[in-house]
Amino acid sequence: MLDNAWIIPLIPAASFFLILFFGKRMPRKGSEIGIAAVGIAFVLALVTNFQWFDHVADAEHESEQHSEEVVEEEHALATGESAAPVALAAEEEEAGHHFEVPPVTEEVTWFQNGGVDIKVGMLLDGPAVMMLFVVTLVSLLVHVYSTDYVAGDRRYTHFFAFLSLFTASMLGLIMAKSTLQLIVCWELVGVCSFALIGHWWEEKPNSDAALKAFITNRVGDVGLLCGVITLFFAAGNTFDIEEINARALDGSITHLALLVASLSLLAAVMSKSGQFILHTWLPDAMAGPTPVSALIHAATMVVAGIYMVGRLYGVFFEGLQIGVSSVNALAVVGGITVIGGALLAFVQNDIKKVLAYSTVSQLGYMVMALGVGAWTAAFFHLFTHAFFKASLFLGSGSVSHAVHSFDMKKDMGGLRKWMPHTYRTFLVATAALIGIFPLAGFWSKDEILAGAAQLGGEGNYTAFMIVGITGAFMTAAYMTRVVYLTFFGEYRGHGHPHESGPRIVAPLYILSGLAVVAGFANLPAALSPDSVELRFEHFYEPKGAYFPSVLPVFDVPEFSWGIAILSSLIGLIGIGLAYLWFWKGAGPHGITQRSRPARAGFTLLENKYYFDRLYTDGIAGAFKGPIARAANWVNQNVIDGIVNGAGRITTVVGRFVYNRIDQGIVDNVVDGSGFAAEGGGQLFRRLTSGKVQQYGALLFGATALFAGALILFI
Amino acid sequence: MLAQQVQEAAAGNDGLMLNQFLLLGAALFCIGVYGVLSRRNAVMVLMSIELILNAVNINLLAFGARFGDITGSVFALFVIAVAAAEVGVGLAIVLIIYRNRHSVDLNDVDAMKG
Amino acid sequence: MSAPALVASTPVAQSIFFYLMAAVIIGAAIAVVTTKNVVRAALYLITVFASIVGIYLLLAAEFVAVTQILVYIGAIMVLMLFGIMLTRARIGREVDLTNDNWWVGLATAVLLVGVMGYALIDYWGDEQLPDDIRIENVVDATGPSNTSTLSDSIFTTYLIPFEVVSVLLTAALVGAIVLARKDRG
Repeated sequence: MLDNAWIIPLIPAASFFLILFFGKRMPRKGSEIGIAAVGIAFVLALVTNFQWFDHVADAEHESEQHSEEVVEEEHALATGESAAPVALAAEEEEAGHHFEVPPVTEEVTWFQNGGVDIKVGMLLDGPAVMMLFVVTLVSLLVHVYSTDYVAGDRRYTHFFAFLSLFTASMLGLIMAKSTLQLIVCWELVGVCSFALIGHWWEEKPNSDAALKAFITNRVGDVGLLCGVITLFFAAGNTFDIEEINARALDGSITHLALLVASLSLLAAVMSKSGQFILHTWLPDAMAGPTPVSALIHAATMVVAGIYMVGRLYGVFFEGLQIGVSSVNALAVVGGITVIGGALLAFVQNDIKKVLAYSTVSQLGYMVMALGVGAWTAAFFHLFTHAFFKASLFLGSGSVSHAVHSFDMKKDMGGLRKWMPHTYRTFLVATAALIGIFPLAGFWSKDEILAGAAQLGGEGNYTAFMIVGITGAFMTAAYMTRVVYLTFFGEYRGHGHPHESGPRIVAPLYILSGLAVVAGFANLPAALSPDSVELRFEHFYEPKGAYFPSVLPVFDVPEFSWGIAILSSLIGLIGIGLAYLWFWKGAGPHGITQRSRPARAGFTLLENKYYFDRLYTDGIAGAFKGPIARAANWVNQNVIDGIVNGAGRITTVVGRFVYNRIDQGIVDNVVDGSGFAAEGGGQLFRRLTSGKVQQYGALLFGATALFAGALILFI
Repeated sequence: MLAQQVQEAAAGNDGLMLNQFLLLGAALFCIGVYGVLSRRNAVMVLMSIELILNAVNINLLAFGARFGDITGSVFALFVIAVAAAEVGVGLAIVLIIYRNRHSVDLNDVDAMKG
Repeated sequence: MSAPALVASTPVAQSIFFYLMAAVIIGAAIAVVTTKNVVRAALYLITVFASIVGIYLLLAAEFVAVTQILVYIGAIMVLMLFGIMLTRARIGREVDLTNDNWWVGLATAVLLVGVMGYALIDYWGDEQLPDDIRIENVVDATGPSNTSTLSDSIFTTYLIPFEVVSVLLTAALVGAIVLARKDRG
């Protein structure tokens, strides 16, 4: 399966077409095709994962044998005799578990242009295999969830078609071997996001949100293109990801080129993964159906940026000097996003918007982790975040199904009485997000904080550790607020809420279950026996010449008791403060009414730091207003003047041509040919006189001529 | 002595040339063609056809004599027979035309005009 | 001596005889196609046929020569004369027996004779007829008698064409009668 993993994206792609063409006629309107396709893809992804584990184990074995032989030789040379096995074993352990795991690749040449072969192919290594599992699993659960959530919708079939297309594009992006393929799939997921956000485009806010998402992503894509082009030329005319990374790491590419490429690609990450300042589309994207938000804007598409950074990590590591500095662009952007997003989550009344800003904040964590050099931590957080965030979103969908609204303040409250399953899973997922021991979020967030504290150059990335801890505190607080407003207190709505059906609840349980256990995939060395420690890192971290682990400055954070206890405490304090505020009503309620600075701060947050104003009125407005007017003036006077002048000249020329040439020459020629034809016809008319002798004359004459010609010329 | 003269003459170039007969046949043929194409009376056309057939006969017999093959004579006989048949039928047709139109002027026979 | 009795015995005499006959043939033929008198045309045609008999004799084809006299002059020309009579052709000069477009025919004829003449001279050149025209009797080696050789050939090698010609004559006979009889009723 490893060699053939490239068929995994093709199955949902085929299902996209099948659903488009046949979906409406099928008994379940196409959803069965979608579920079947993603189901098969998920099974294949599982098989691929297990085969990958074998692959890694084989690679480890081989390198062990190899190093055994090397060590034995050295010993034999040194002491002239074979050493005791115990000493050998000790030396082996010292040599460390640095072994190479070659990625599985397939490639075909797509076309050639200007001496460059443009290839498409599959690069299957650790992160790809992990993402295969995550994407197919979450997509499958979202498919099942959607059969209940969007049942009876006006465009049910198209919804599933686009879900399939999205899954196929995301899987293609994951397994892309070249940056070109990456770009194609990047854009495709953007298109699917646009189509799915605007699923109910009859209402203007939804289509506006879809447009905003797409266009903001387009702005970032400029950076993507610039980055890819820079890398193409810098790495010697190649789009191949492995090769680009390898060259970045062995010093063949100048540092300036790497820096430029990293900063350009950072723009793409900012737009796709919702980092400040291009994050404005993500909360608006909540206009789409909730399964879409769960799949695309929580678990999978928004992590495409993270994935891209992780894939091209060699470029970033060298370009931004991650291993040896204590602050860099990637970490700064991530850090700002962590805090900014978390702050905004406090003032939202729409439950999905809270979760959206929470996603923004958590993505900030992942980017920050990549920025400080903790690659495994970032991807591990991606892994766990997918599960608990999807669970939270699907839970909010379940709630909205019951109360027909997303507004927490107005329509929710006290729902735990009527929706026990949703309440339980939502609570577990919240705890995982906050990072309570021993749920998943604890392990992954902790590793990020440890990385910030331990990695990097002088002074490490301590500032970012503080940022991370602050973020954890805020996450705890706002999520507790959400839980309170939704499930506790008085019911403020007007309907009769009830628990949702099994197709909605089952995915909730599955995802929250995973949120509980996923953390044990990467247990730190200090807390677990050798056989189960750091399994995630063991299997999924790339080990090869194309990944910075070959560099001496690359390091993996170790578990730190201090940080773990500190972050847990902070989290509990956050929960506690929120509890006091909401359950007990303590604290300065209504402070925004009384105090000017508090009011100002609140207004700032309510207006999302005025970023939207900046973009629509500032930048777009400038283009709409003065620049457009100037362009219009040029168009009307200058360009139109030229065009009108050309038109006038053409009219004059046309008149001349008509009178002289057309009427005079051409018509005469045509008339002449008519006369010729008539005359010729008159002439030939005489041939058919009916007189036999004339026919005979023609016959004999022609024969004589041909005979003469024959004799003369042949 | 006569035989000697004959032999001497035979050794030289005084004998009959094949071309003489062939050219005679060709000339007769062309005269016949001229007659076919330009005579107005249908019977005259038939006569011209007879000229053509005779020219063919001369040709056949000339070659027969040259190569010592009796086939020339055989087919000349056949040609004569066919010519006889053809004249019989042809005149019958001319008679019919005469009966219908009271004229054998070929210029008037243009029902296939157009 | 088994040489054909009617053939002139020296080559020179043969040539003279030939040219004489040829001149008569060509002259009479031209007269046939140009005269304005139909009956005269028929008589000129008889002259042509008779002269051709002479040519045939030169070519040692006496049976064909005699057949020519019997069939052509004796039967066909009589038939033609009957035809002329029955179609009320004026005996005497007629208005115009030549077509308006006679020059087309002339041009064609001249062209044809030119082409054929050129080809014949070019190819056959100085080919000579044998002095003593011997025609092998393939069936019976009893000497070069033309008639016997001819009959042997017709009734053995060319039997089938002979039968076909017989059928043809029968068909022509029947056809001519059917065509030319008076309409019943």
